[in-house]
Amino acid sequence: MEASIASFAYLVAAICFILGIRGLASPETARQGNWIAIAGMAIAIGATLLRPQIATFELVLGGIVIGGAIGTVIALRVKITDLPQLVAIFNSLVGLAAVLIAAAALESPSLYGIPISGGLATHSLVEIMASTAIGAVTFTGSVVAFAKLQGLMRSAPITFTGQRAVNAFVGLIVLMAALAFAGWGTAGLFWALALAALVWGVLVVIPIGGADMPVVISVLNSASGWASCGIGFTLDNPLMIITGALVGASGAILSYIMCRGMNRSLAHVLLGGFGGETEGPVADAADRGPVKAGNADDAAFMLRNAGSAVIVPGYGMAVAQAQHALREMVDLLEGEGVRVRYAIHPVAGRMPGHMNVLLAEANVPYDKVVEMEAINRDFPSTDVAFVIGANDITNPSARNDASSPIYGMPVLEVDRARMVMFVKRSMASGYAGVDNPLFFNENTMMLFGDAKAMCEGIIKSLE
Amino acid sequence: MAETLDRDAAALADRAGELASEAQRLAAEAADLANRAAQSDASATDPVLFGLTVFALACFVGYYVVWKVTPALHAPLMSVANAISGVVVLGAMIAAGPAIFGVSKLLGFVAVVVASVNIFGGFIITQRMLQMFRKKDG
Repeated sequence: MEASIASFAYLVAAICFILGIRGLASPETARQGNWIAIAGMAIAIGATLLRPQIATFELVLGGIVIGGAIGTVIALRVKITDLPQLVAIFNSLVGLAAVLIAAAALESPSLYGIPISGGLATHSLVEIMASTAIGAVTFTGSVVAFAKLQGLMRSAPITFTGQRAVNAFVGLIVLMAALAFAGWGTAGLFWALALAALVWGVLVVIPIGGADMPVVISVLNSASGWASCGIGFTLDNPLMIITGALVGASGAILSYIMCRGMNRSLAHVLLGGFGGETEGPVADAADRGPVKAGNADDAAFMLRNAGSAVIVPGYGMAVAQAQHALREMVDLLEGEGVRVRYAIHPVAGRMPGHMNVLLAEANVPYDKVVEMEAINRDFPSTDVAFVIGANDITNPSARNDASSPIYGMPVLEVDRARMVMFVKRSMASGYAGVDNPLFFNENTMMLFGDAKAMCEGIIKSLE
Repeated sequence: MAETLDRDAAALADRAGELASEAQRLAAEAADLANRAAQSDASATDPVLFGLTVFALACFVGYYVVWKVTPALHAPLMSVANAISGVVVLGAMIAAGPAIFGVSKLLGFVAVVVASVNIFGGFIITQRMLQMFRKKDG
């Protein structure tokens, strides 16, 4: 009877989770969707508390209270700019939990009703093996991604000679430990597999550069889903299987969207080494002709007299914490009758949707924030494109220079606007190490300086 | 006249008898079929196959639902995914629940803490983000 109640509760919870994600189809339904998902989780936990396997409640409820308190404090305190790190650490925790639960299932299979006549069945061992391997790689891989994003570790690719051989060798050890565990199922082989997978997780993420983090985080998000799926198979829990599949699919689709945004294959990103300081020869800026540099007053004058402007924010804006000053600047321009919108490239920032959240935090209404495909049509009729802290995602070489490393990458076609302004610290090339010919265009004005200081300068001039 | 009637009646009775035996055979066959269906039902609850069925369908649901998510909300999508991944807490709770203390109880407790961080942290940060997405000022 309890089992039927629990199964029914899990079905309800699964539907709630699906509706929760469905709500994200529009900002209007998203908040309601989140509440539905929360309700689903409460139902699932409540139904599990009623199950007879839970004889004592101290550690169960104590664990929820402790973990819940930690999670609440972190989520309330974290700065929105640090969101990518937070998602990375949450991915890692799912991986860790998967490994711990797999270990518990191996230690006491009878708890979960796993039949143990003459050792565990092969399918149980395979399930435990899969969740352990995926969980362990997710755990350490996400910790490294977190360290890179948080600046605890150099975000540029960390490479050494023979790296790929070492990674392949450790990967082979993981594979052999996995097969051996599936065959014999001893605790020793379990921990050998976990250890090898933990090491491999570190090795595969360290050679991946900072700007590729949107892909890495999405892949690890996906992996955390597959790990919980594996646990669901081990414990015969359909809710965990469904949830794991939803999360896995979500991460996989985001990885695909991010790769498409960079016109690179997943394998190319994950093999790493892209975007290092030693990457490709950077053309000498001097032989490309002069650039036209302006100051805040020039920019203010041009912007004030424009009919329409499109702001193109990039990760540099987030680093300079310029989003609030930028919004104030836009408020003043709108007061002067300029029509202003924001254009978002899929891979602007360090995680999917990063720029949208940063702008939302700065009180930019979401209906003024436009995705790349929709805004590209409008650039020819735009007076000023104001690029702030972005570079590669506006580079016209991606469209018309087949020899460029970023050729084929979808870009924001700011060069079609009547005038382009670049707020940049220097003439340095972007992440891909590619020169941007747009800097030397006649109708381009370079605004050298810190993004935030430049916005404040323009505000002063507008006032 | 009466002779033909008798003959007809006899033929009819024969037919009825044939029909009855036919019906009996059919009933037996139906019972056999039902039996076989019941047996195949038993094999359908093979947990691995059942799990795979659920898994495959959930992948399709996930695929279609996630493609519908607006790109502007991809960041909350990731954080809500973190939150619902915390559902592994259900497995952790069962490991942490038994009356006897053992290694698996300790592992379960740590896993409950870790998964709960995700559940609470994930849902709260998602809510914080979604609060910011407003159409007009204020």
